[in-house]
Amino acid sequence: MSIKPNTELKSNAPSGDLQTKWQRHRFEMKRVNPANKRKFNVIVVGTGLAGGAAAATLGELGYNVKSFCVQDSARRAHSIAAQGGINAAKNYPNDGDSVYNLFYDTIKGGDYRSRESNVHRLAEVSNNIIDQCVAQGVPFAREYGGLLDNRSFGGAQVSRTFYARGQTGQQLLLGAYSALMRQVNKGTVKMYTRYEMLDLVTVDGVARGITTRNLVNGEVESFAADAVVLATGGYGNLFFLSTNAMGSNATAAWRCHKKGAFFANPCYTQIHPTCIPVSGDYQSKLTLMSESLRNDGRVWVPKESSKGKNPVDIPESERDYYLERIYPSFGNLVPRDVASRQAKFRVDENNGVGATGVAVYLDFKEAIGRLGKDAVSAKYGNLFQMYEKISGENPYETPMKIFPAVHYTMGGLWVDYNLQSTIPGLHVLGEANFSDHGANRLGASALMQGLADGYFVIPYTLGHYLGSTALAPVDENHDAFKASVMAVKAQEEKLFNIKGEKTVDDFHRQLGKIMWENVGMSRSKETLTKAIEEIPKLKEEFWQNVRVPDDRNVKNAEIEKAGRVADFLELGELMARDALEREESCGGHFREEHQTPENEAKRDDENFCHVGAWEHNSAGWTRHQEELEFENVKLVTRSYK
Amino acid sequence: MGNDNSTEMTIHLKIWKQDGPGKKGEFISHEAKGLSSEMSFLEMLDVVNEDLVRLNQRPIEFDHDCREGICGTCSMVINGEAHGPDKEITTCQLHMRKFKDGDTITVEPFRAKAFPIIRDLVVDRSSFDRVIESGGYVSVNTGGAQDANSLPINKPDSDLAFEAATCIGCGACVASCKNASASLFVSAKLAHLSFLPQGKIEQDARTLAMVRQMDTEGFGACTNTEACEAACPKGISVENISRMNRQFLKASIKER
Repeated sequence: MSIKPNTELKSNAPSGDLQTKWQRHRFEMKRVNPANKRKFNVIVVGTGLAGGAAAATLGELGYNVKSFCVQDSARRAHSIAAQGGINAAKNYPNDGDSVYNLFYDTIKGGDYRSRESNVHRLAEVSNNIIDQCVAQGVPFAREYGGLLDNRSFGGAQVSRTFYARGQTGQQLLLGAYSALMRQVNKGTVKMYTRYEMLDLVTVDGVARGITTRNLVNGEVESFAADAVVLATGGYGNLFFLSTNAMGSNATAAWRCHKKGAFFANPCYTQIHPTCIPVSGDYQSKLTLMSESLRNDGRVWVPKESSKGKNPVDIPESERDYYLERIYPSFGNLVPRDVASRQAKFRVDENNGVGATGVAVYLDFKEAIGRLGKDAVSAKYGNLFQMYEKISGENPYETPMKIFPAVHYTMGGLWVDYNLQSTIPGLHVLGEANFSDHGANRLGASALMQGLADGYFVIPYTLGHYLGSTALAPVDENHDAFKASVMAVKAQEEKLFNIKGEKTVDDFHRQLGKIMWENVGMSRSKETLTKAIEEIPKLKEEFWQNVRVPDDRNVKNAEIEKAGRVADFLELGELMARDALEREESCGGHFREEHQTPENEAKRDDENFCHVGAWEHNSAGWTRHQEELEFENVKLVTRSYK
Repeated sequence: MGNDNSTEMTIHLKIWKQDGPGKKGEFISHEAKGLSSEMSFLEMLDVVNEDLVRLNQRPIEFDHDCREGICGTCSMVINGEAHGPDKEITTCQLHMRKFKDGDTITVEPFRAKAFPIIRDLVVDRSSFDRVIESGGYVSVNTGGAQDANSLPINKPDSDLAFEAATCIGCGACVASCKNASASLFVSAKLAHLSFLPQGKIEQDARTLAMVRQMDTEGFGACTNTEACEAACPKGISVENISRMNRQFLKASIKER
C-alpha cells in the first residue's frame, strides 16, 4: 500500500457480491501480529460511542492508545444524550426483518446518496453490537419473559429498535466508557480529558499526530503517533441553536480539512421534527423529544375553524392529523426529513400553534386512552418529565408543542471503505465522517453507526493500515510538530489581541440566523447566494471585532468558543456552496426549485448520484466527485404514502 | 410556547469566584436585570457572562454541556442545594420561574476534598473516573459475545439494574453530603452490575476494589443522612448503599 493521499476518492471496497464483501475484505486485509501491536501508538480523539468504542477495542487488541476528549470525563460525550434507541436486524419480533432489509431501509432512508458497501456492512454488524452491549451489562428494555423488547422508528415497517427507556445513548455510552476505563486500568489506554484537538500534524502528507490545548491551564502541546482516529461528532452547532450539546463543535474535523482531508456533502443536515420550540432570544440550545414518541404520539394542527382554541377543547373532527392524512402507510412514522418539512409547511400556511405560531401538536390522548397513563409513563416517562421541566406544561394533560430543529449532520470528512480519509493515517468514525446515512439518517441509526465503526470496523481496518504501511519513526521534536504548536499559539494570540466590541456568542448567533434562514429546512438559489455573500463578511468582522477576555493560561470558555466559531464561519460558507452546487432535492437537502407537485423532494439521479467532496486550497475550495454505484438496489422515488 | 407566561425579573447574584486551584476565592455580587422567567438557570448565567464581557470583565467559569439533564457536567450548589431548589433535576433543567423577581441567589461550586476546584464553579471530578477504572465494568473484550437473547434476565431485576444505571455521575450526592461521601454514586454502579447475571461473576472483586478506591480518593464515610438521594437528579435510591454495604461485608469475609 502506498502512502499517497487518496485524492481520486477511491472507495477501496472490494468488488463483487455485496453479501460477502466485508467477509472477503477482512480476509484480504493485512494484520498486525499480537506481539507487534504494542509497538504502535494510536491517537483517538473523541470519547463518544465511536471514539470510546474504538479506543477501548484498540486497547484490548494491544495497541498503545492515547484517548482525548474536551469533556471532564469520557462518560460525558454527547452520544450520552441520544434517547430513542439503536437499530439491529435481529428479527426477534419475527416481523420479517433481515440484514438485507435493514440495509435496504437505510439506503432508501438516505435517499440513495450513500455507498452500498458501507451500508451493508453496517447492517451486518448491527447484530454483533447488541450482543456486545448485552455482554457488557447494558440494561436494555426487556419483556416479562426475560427477552429483549423492540420498538419502531421512522422509515421502517418492522420493529428493530432496541432501547433503554428514553436513555439508550446514555446506557450504550456508559457501556463503551466502562470498557474504556477497563483498558485505562490495564495501562493500554491513557486518557487526556479536558484536552481540545486544535491541529492535525502531518509529516510528508501522512497523519502523524495532533496538537492540543489543555483546557485547564491553556498549555499547547503536541502528541506523535502512528495513526490518528478522529471521532469528534458533527457540526450541527454551526446553526447556534441545535439539539447538540453546547461543547459539540467542528474544530477538530475542520482543522483536518484544512490540512488536506476532503469534506464530503456538507449540505446534508438533519432537521429533527420533534423538538421543543424556541421560547426567546436568550435561548442557548434546543431540546429533542425522541422520535420514539411518534410510535404513540399523533401529530396534528387545528383546522381553520378551531384555530387559537385550547387544544384539549378541540374535537377530533376539527383536527388535521396531517401525517396520517398524507402518508397513510407510514403515518406518524415517516422519516425525519419528511416529517420536518410537513411541519414547516403547516407553519408557512399559517396553521402553526402556540404563542409564536411556530409549532405543531404531538398528542398522546389516544395512547393514554388505549394503554393507560402508567403504560405510557413506563415507555416515555423521562421524556415527559423533561418536557414538563422545560415548558412548564404537563404533556399527560395537554398535547406537546413541537417544532423541527437542527439535530445531526450526515456530511463530514470523506472516508473510504476502511474509514480512512484522503490523508493517509487519518481515520474518521461516527458522525464526523459522511459515509453511511446518505442525505438523511434514519432514527436509531446514529448509535448503530458509531458503535459499528468503533467496535467492529476500525479495529480491523486500522490494523490493515499499520500492517501495510512503512512509517518512519517520528516524535514531537520533528519540525512539523513545532510548526503546528506555533501556528496554534499564533491563532490564539491573534484572537486575544483583537479586543473588539462584540462577544463570541454575538457572532455565533448571527451566523446561526443566516444559516437557519438561508441554508435550513429549505434552500433556493436565491437564499444560498445570499448566505455565500453574508458569511464571509461576518467572518471578516469577526476577525476585526470579536472580544476574547481573560488570560490564556487558565480555564477560559471564551477562547475555546472563539476558535470553534472561527471554524464554523468557514464551514458555514462551504455548506452553502455545497447546497448551491447540488441542483436537486434529496433527503435533508431540499431545494425549492426541485420538488414534485406534492412538495416532495425531487432527485436528479442523472447528474447528482455522487458524493460531493471538497478540497481546501489556497483559492478556496475545489469540488470533487465520487460516483455512487448501485448494483443491488434500484433507484426509485422514495415513497412513504 | 414558553413565552406565553413570560415575566421580566431582576436577580441579585452572589457567585463564587476563584482564580485557580489553591487560590483564595470569594463571593462576588452581581445584579442581573431584564431576565425572563422562562430562561433556564444556565441561560441566565450566559446573559450575566455576556454582560461581564461587554463590561471588560472576565466571565464566571462554569461546567455545562448537554443542557438537557443527561451528561452530568453541570455542577453548582444553588442556595445551598446541589442543582438548586427543585426535585430530580440538574442545574441545566432548573428554570428561573422557580424564583421570584428580586430574589438573591447564592451560587457555589460542588465542594468536597475529592473534587478540587479548578476555577470559579468548575471542579475536578476525575476521582469518579478512577473509581470506575478500579472495577466498574464487566471484563469482556469486544467480539465473541453470545446471542443477546440466549441470556434471559427477569424483568424486575433488569428494571432495577436500569434504575441504578441511570446515574449521570454528576457528583450532587457528594456535594450534598456533610461527609462528602460518594456512597450513592459507587453503590449505584455496583447495583447496576450486580443485578445482572453478566456482572455477578466479578461482584466480590468489584465491590472490594471500588469501595477501597472511593476511600483512597478521600471521599467520606456514609452516615445514612440520605441527603444524597434527596439531591440526586435521577432519584437513585439509598437502598443501593445498603446493598453495597452487605456485599462489601460478604466479600471482605470471603477474602480472608
